[in-house]
Amino acid sequence: MAVRIVFFASLREQLACSSLDWEGRSPQETVASLREKLAREQFPESGAVLLADTVLAAVNQVMAQPEQAVADGDEVAFFPPVTGG
Amino acid sequence: MDIQVSIQPEDFDIAELQAALLGGGAGEGAVATFTGYVRGSHAGQALEAMELEHYPGMTEKSITDIVQRAAKRWPVMSARVVHRVGRLAPGERIVWVGVASAHREAAFAACEFIMDYLKTSAPFWKKEFTGSGAHWVEERASDVQRRNRWS
Repeated sequence: MAVRIVFFASLREQLACSSLDWEGRSPQETVASLREKLAREQFPESGAVLLADTVLAAVNQVMAQPEQAVADGDEVAFFPPVTGG
Repeated sequence: MDIQVSIQPEDFDIAELQAALLGGGAGEGAVATFTGYVRGSHAGQALEAMELEHYPGMTEKSITDIVQRAAKRWPVMSARVVHRVGRLAPGERIVWVGVASAHREAAFAACEFIMDYLKTSAPFWKKEFTGSGAHWVEERASDVQRRNRWS
């Protein structure tokens, strides 16, 4: 089973990707390790934007810290700081 | 506690929303509301349009959570939040927050709390279009400072 990855706003545009299913999960995967793998392996050209300090993450639609574990079937979102209202 | 959150492309009717806050007739003595509009300029440049993107599902949950936290701090009787997404022109309404309570102090405070957290933690992103192109709006430190007053 894959991990569902979604990107929003400027990240979605810069990576030219709104979502993908990631099959390369390792047993100890965290938000931080997933982010590094995606930047390196999935987006070798544009991945640097994913590693910016300001990038936020959510797991299953709840804000997540870098050390949070990622399991099969999870939805992991990466996005820039929010600017609604 | 009656909470309703709506994320929608369509405009909304403020009078209708405010009347719905008082539907129960449960002794509300005060309603505080906030309406946000698209400004006509950004950094001195005329704004042609704005596009608002959100994270379907998470955005609704995030706002509901913010309203529930407000209701734990103040005796809120009902609250509604409407936020538009999609393409908007200057002068159009973006967001509406309404809070009903027995007294004005709780209504004012809860309404401001909800807006301050919505701006800094609900997943929405604004893109502005001006004569010189499009750009994503950046997070403002002053918005974060305003929110941090509550913690």
